Parts: sequence; structure tokens; C-alpha cells
Amino acid sequence: MLNSEAKLIPDITKPEYIPTRDGYGKGVVKAGDKDERVVVLCADLTESTRSLWFKEKFPSRFIEMGVAEQNLALVASGMANYGKIPFISSYATFSPGRNNEQIRTNITINNVPVKIVGAHAGISVGPDGATHQALEDIALMRVQPRMVVVVPCDAVEAEKATFAAAFNNQPTYIRVGREKSPVFTTADTPFEIGKAIVLRDLPAGRQAANTCAIIGCGMLLHNALLAAEELMSEGIECMVINSHTVKPLDEKTIVEAAQKTGAVVSVEEHQIAGGLGSVVAECLSKNYPVPQEFIGIQDRFGESGKSEELIEVFGLGKESIKSATKKAISRK
Amino acid sequence: MSQYIDDKKVEELETKANEARELLIEMLTEAGSGHTAGPLGMADIFTALYFHVLNHDPKNPEMPERDRLILSNGHITPIRYVVMAMSGYFPIEELKTLRKFGTRLQGHPERERLPGVETTSGPLGSGLGQACGIAYAARIDAKKFRTYCLMSDGEHDSGALWESVMFAGKNKLSNLTGIIDRNNIQIDGMTEDVMPLENLRAKYEAFNWHVLEIDGNNIEAFVDATHEAAAIFEKPTVIIAHTIPGKGIKEIEFDYRWHGIVPGMQDVPGAPSKAEQSKKFLDELRTLGGRIKSEHQ
Repeated sequence: MLNSEAKLIPDITKPEYIPTRDGYGKGVVKAGDKDERVVVLCADLTESTRSLWFKEKFPSRFIEMGVAEQNLALVASGMANYGKIPFISSYATFSPGRNNEQIRTNITINNVPVKIVGAHAGISVGPDGATHQALEDIALMRVQPRMVVVVPCDAVEAEKATFAAAFNNQPTYIRVGREKSPVFTTADTPFEIGKAIVLRDLPAGRQAANTCAIIGCGMLLHNALLAAEELMSEGIECMVINSHTVKPLDEKTIVEAAQKTGAVVSVEEHQIAGGLGSVVAECLSKNYPVPQEFIGIQDRFGESGKSEELIEVFGLGKESIKSATKKAISRK
Repeated sequence: MSQYIDDKKVEELETKANEARELLIEMLTEAGSGHTAGPLGMADIFTALYFHVLNHDPKNPEMPERDRLILSNGHITPIRYVVMAMSGYFPIEELKTLRKFGTRLQGHPERERLPGVETTSGPLGSGLGQACGIAYAARIDAKKFRTYCLMSDGEHDSGALWESVMFAGKNKLSNLTGIIDRNNIQIDGMTEDVMPLENLRAKYEAFNWHVLEIDGNNIEAFVDATHEAAAIFEKPTVIIAHTIPGKGIKEIEFDYRWHGIVPGMQDVPGAPSKAEQSKKFLDELRTLGGRIKSEHQ
């Protein structure tokens, strides 16, 4: 059953659809309102990353970098070093893709609080095709010491994550998507970087047998909630956990879920190698090993197509999550 | 802003630069690895910066109004460490810890390890962009300090660096002074063989920079150039400092093979031992190449 403390929308089957990049756009304006140290740098993608909204409100604190993602990371590093709070925005394939070494040397080893916003992440980018569908960015960012990695599940959470990241004084990666996606959390849903949210819990007293914990990040969590709802009619009860912060992982919540259910399925719009599923597996294998199934991209690149079409073809849809859940339970 | 410089001051700085070279050779010999040619060639400029040009306070390295010195080519950091120690950032004795476990003097400099080091550096082509960020932020806040960025010539092979050159030109960052150690060598050979950089002046000018070319081992010329750079209001300035790699030790001068080795590291039969070679180099420095008979003269 849905966790009432998560304060989700009244009917999760009837969400509004807004892209998570819009949440970033709103959140960074809010952060800019609160603190004039906030600056935004963008690499020739101002409208589509939604950095435009900040530019319109604070023109003197917006810096156009041109198609120069390496310099984007470098100039932001200098500004953070001086005392500003820079957000850098581009598509995730370019930043943190192309400028990975600049981020490593000049942001994380340097230890300056630059906020990297990778837009158009995931297969749901759709028609642009493989070159523009970032499927490795979580892996790239989570292996860098000091880097915080946040993958918001919807536009409302993206706004909160952006605002929180502005003031955490750490290098931080925020991953957002292009396509409109279901908004199922509300302004009242709690959000704290590093604290996973139990969206759906087991009915009181229900333990072991036909139970599983679905642990995800990003917009696919909506599919996970729908899958959990439908599995109930087959006698399967699922927890659904929004692990929006991939790093540092909320190990306590993840381990408790594994203890309670005895099986997990990880769900993300990213390569299985190195993403949230890997993070969860690393955590559980040392704390409480249970069977785990992985929903994610299976070591291949994306291609052109409609967003919803690609989600199905690449095995990230509701039905795939249902089968993975049954498989994980069967392995107990 | 530093004062114009008189002959007495020039002489004083030249003496200090030579002391810095001696400390450098001792330090590199002790460390057993590192770079020799670049740091020797840049001893004059670093001495001029720390003892005359920069507004800084070794006892208050975080002073908000300090000039920022961004060292992009982090591998020449030994000479920066030497001059920092000489100006009072940390004890001279600590120079012996270079590259050893637990040291604040990392092989390539790290911002958080040693107060006064503004940025972590080593991977080339990245300093100028950070200097641009600092200069741009300073301009937003109407701060008066200057940002200096020291670069090697070889790192101009890097595309990322040119992104930064373009950015500074676009934004007319006149509070930024670039300094290029134009010593014509890099690891694989002479810069014009590895990847030709000329015409470097024309390239910078085409990116809307003011360009000055000087003898980088002439302290007076360097100080004058920093003054001219500060007086240019409509553009960033770059000082192309023609230096002699290995300056001060004849055997090392102009030889690209000394880019990434230290005394005692030559991989050839009959090469002198570390101790012998180091002593020879120190004698040469202490006698100013035989011009004086002893260091006390």
C-alpha cells in the first residue's frame, strides 16, 4: 500500500505530465532568489535545459559559454573557488560526458561546490538517438570521490533537489530528462539529499513469502508504482523505494527493505553497469545479500524512436518490472 | 599593484632567484623524481611574482583581496613551492618532503593540501578556464584584485585551453593576465616538432587578447610587462615569456630531455650518480657559472 507519509498525488494513475528539466529550471530560479552567489553557466542549450528561466530573471548572473563543455566545467570551477555557487547545464552526454576529466581534476579533486545539471539523460530523450541519450552518466559521476549524485523522479522533486543542491556545499550531479513525465509526488512529499523515500510499503504484518522491494530512481519509479499496484492482484506485495540520491546511498533504508522483503529489483533509465542497481548490489552484498534483478539498459546504446516506445523496447516498462519482480521472488 | 622597479630591487630579486634555483636542485635531488627544466627556467618569474608583483600575505593565504595566481602547468610546482617557502608560507625545511607520503607538497599541487595553492593542477589545458572563472566572478562583485594564470607553451596543444582563450577574449577580462612559459620544449621534443604553436602571438591577437613578448629570464622586463597588462582595460593580456629551459645550469639549458627528470635520473651508461650531479649543479649555481669563486664571495 502507498505510504501516506510520502504524500503522493491522490490517484497515481492520473498524474500531470511535466519534464524534470522544468523542475531544475524552477528550482535554480528559486535558489537564485534566495542567494545572489548562485550563477548559471550554459553551453549553448539555454532554452532546452531551462537555464533560460534563470537568465531571464538574473541576466548578470548568467554566463553563455558556447559549445565548450570543457571550459564550462573549468570556468565554473574558478567561480566556485572564488565563492560563487555555479550551476552548469548542458546535455548529460556532453556534461559530465565530454568534460569528465575537467570535472575530476578541477571540481572533485579541487573540491569546489559546482552543481552539474545533466539534461536529456536516459533513453526517453527519444528521436535524437544514441548520441544524445546519456546512459552512462550516473556511473561516471558516482565513481568520483566527493561527488553527490541525485536523480529526481519527477519535476516537483527535481525542483526540490536543485534547491537543496545549491546549499549543500558539495560537488553535486543532478540528472534530469527531456520528455514530459508523470508528476506523482507533491510539494508536501519529503525531500532530503541522501534520504530515500518509501513510496509504497508492505501491509502491516506482511513478511517474506511473496514480497519484493523495488528500488529505483528517476521517472521509471512511476512505472514501478503501477507495476506494484497490479502485482497485488496476483498476491505479490511490493515495497517501492525512491532512492533519488544514488550517492551517498541511504544504506539503512535499502538494507531494511531487503530484510523485510528478501528480494529486490532495481529500476533505472541507465546502463545496468555502474548505475543505481550496482550501487544497491554493492550495499546489499556486504550487508544483507538477497536475490536482485536489474531493470536498466543492457550494455547497448539507444536509438531513435518515441520515448514511450523506447521505454518498452529496452525493457524498462511496467510489464518488464513485473516479470523482474516475479523472477527475484522465485530466486528466494 | 606593485611598484615600478629600480636597479637595486632587480639585483635583489636576481639574487633571490638564484637562491631559489639552489633550493630547487636540492629539493628535486631529495625527491628523486619530478621536473627540472621548466622550474629552473621559471625561477625568475616566480621570484618576481612572489617578491614584487603579487598582492599577497603568506601569513594570511586566504586574504579575500589577494591576487590569484593560478598555475596551470602543475608539473613546474617545485619552483612555486620553493618561492612560497622563501616568502614565508611554510618552513624551508619542508621542501625536503616533496613527493613523499603524507606531504603537503604533492607531486602535482592540490588546493586543499597547502594554503596558498589556489587550484589543483597537473592535467594540462585547465588553468586558464579556472582563472577566467575567478576573474569573471571578481568582476561581478567589482573586486579589484588581479588574476594571473601561468601556462606552459606545450599545453597550448590542448583544445580546452583555446575554449578558455576564446571565453576571455569575448568577455574582455582585463583583470586577467596570462603568462606563457615559452621555452619551446615539451616531453616528446621541441614544441614546433611535436605540434607547432606558431604564430602564437597572432593566435592570441585573433582571439582579442593584448599580447606582450619578453625575455622571461629578465626580471625587469617581466615586471614592466605586468604593469602594462594591468593598464590595458579593454582586453585580457598575455605575456609570452621566452625562457631558457634549465636556465642557470649549462648542461640542462635548452635540452628537452630534462623536462621530466631530476639529477641522477639519466638513463645512459656512465651517467653521474645523483650525488655527484647534484653537487656539480649546485656548485655551478653557487658560483654563478664560475663567475665567482665561492658562494660567500
